Formats: sequence, structure tokens, C-alpha cells
Amino acid sequence: MTDTSRGLPERPMSPHLQVWRWHITMACSILHRGCVVGLWVGAVILAGWAAALAAGSDAYAGYVGLLGSPIGKLVLLGETFAVFFNIAYTIRQTFWDTGKGFQPRVADMTGAMAIAFAVVATIVTWVIAHANGAF
Amino acid sequence: MSKNDLFQPQQFRTPLSRARGMGASRHGVSHFITERVSGLALAPLSIWGVFAALKLIGADQQTAAAWVSQPVNAVLLGLLLISALIHLSNAVQVVIEDYVHRFTSKSALVIGNLFVCVLAGAVGIFSILKVALTVTGAH
Repeated sequence: MTDTSRGLPERPMSPHLQVWRWHITMACSILHRGCVVGLWVGAVILAGWAAALAAGSDAYAGYVGLLGSPIGKLVLLGETFAVFFNIAYTIRQTFWDTGKGFQPRVADMTGAMAIAFAVVATIVTWVIAHANGAF
Repeated sequence: MSKNDLFQPQQFRTPLSRARGMGASRHGVSHFITERVSGLALAPLSIWGVFAALKLIGADQQTAAAWVSQPVNAVLLGLLLISALIHLSNAVQVVIEDYVHRFTSKSALVIGNLFVCVLAGAVGIFSILKVALTVTGAH
């Protein structure tokens, strides 16, 4: 017997970029993957921050100086968006796991809501950061 | 006519995967649930993390260390880092497996992802504990 998986249903593979029509649900999916990779870098930055803090005043000042540089701020801005988008996306996925929210209209709406939430929360966070003297 | 002939357009499995018959070697469900549960844990933890970051803007090393040395902050910071690394190592592994198909590159990236995440966790937790257990006069 060569076919050990006879009788199992065929499983779809993950959709690829080239074969997808541009659409809000697809954009959310790709954006979420991008955010996940960005947050992976963010988690490493967080561990580095803890290491710098433990290493002493000079190391900490140097590390925070890097984060406060224009490129550092741009990275942190992206991380802020990624954090909030990932929260909204996780909640959206949890509803999917219960079987709810798959109707095209609802999926479009929750996708748009996730992006809107992330944009607004990022702006609010950076306005507070500004008030706290970040720039 | 077999069932497979009827569903011709939906056949995605390669002959090799059919011969191996392994799929995700039966750890797919645990991977999926780990990602979901760690994602849910991250929702409140990462909002706390944003508040913490906003609070620590402009703080020097002494101030930040005093903040980390408070038990609640040390524990939450550790939880945030560990949940994030569990969530992201799983999530990034899926991205690698979806888009990198050469066996050697894929394996190297999956192992590299795991090593970086475990190293970040070890360095991060050690640092948090070092600060939390050595800073005095913070309270």
C-alpha cells in the first residue's frame, strides 16, 4: 500500500501572495503575518532592553539612545502598530474559532475594524508618548 | 470513479506527502492551540507593556531598575516576554514553513527561530531576575 492517507480529506495549502486578488481580508492576513515577524524582532528588542538594564547605567543609556534615535523611533512606531493589530487580530481569530464571523460582509467589517483600532491606538499611544517627553 | 477523481481541483497534497502520510506529524493541533492561547494571554499583557513603556519614557537606569524591582512589574514583565516568545516562535515557524520550501533552508530557519527565541527568553529572564533581586532601596 503506497497511499497511506487514503480516505483522508484533501487539505488546502496556505494561500500565496500571487494568486490572491487584493481584498481587505487578504490584506489583513498578510499584514498580520508582517506584524508577527515585526513583533518577533520586538520581543528580541525587549529582551535586549532587559539585558541593557541589568548591565548598568552606561549600557542602558546607550540602548535607550539607540531606541530614541530617528530609526529607533520608526521601529518602535511600527512595533506599536503591530502590538495593537495583533491584539485585534487575535480577538477576531478567537471568534472564528467558535465558528462566528465568516460571512464575507462580517469578515470585511472586522478586518477593517482591526486596522482602524490599531491605527487609532497607535496614534493615541504616540500622543501620550509625546506628552511624556519622548520627542 | 474514486472520490479523488470527483474532487480533482481540490487536490493539494503531493504524491510524496501522500506516501509519507505524516502531515504535521500529529503535533499540528497542539501548535495551533498554543498559538491561540498565548495570543489571548498576550492581549492584556501587551497592553500593560505599552503602559509600562509610556511610563518609563525618559527614565534613567536607576529609575527603570527600581521599577523592574517591584515584584508585580518583574512578574508581569517576565510573563509578557515568555508569552510573546512562545506566541511568536510558533507564529514565525508557520510563516517559514509556508514560504520556504527547500528542506535545508527551511530546517535551518526553523531551528534558528527556536534558538533565537530561547536565547532571548534566557537572557531576558536572567536580566529581569538580576535587576529584581539585586536593586535595593527601591520601595
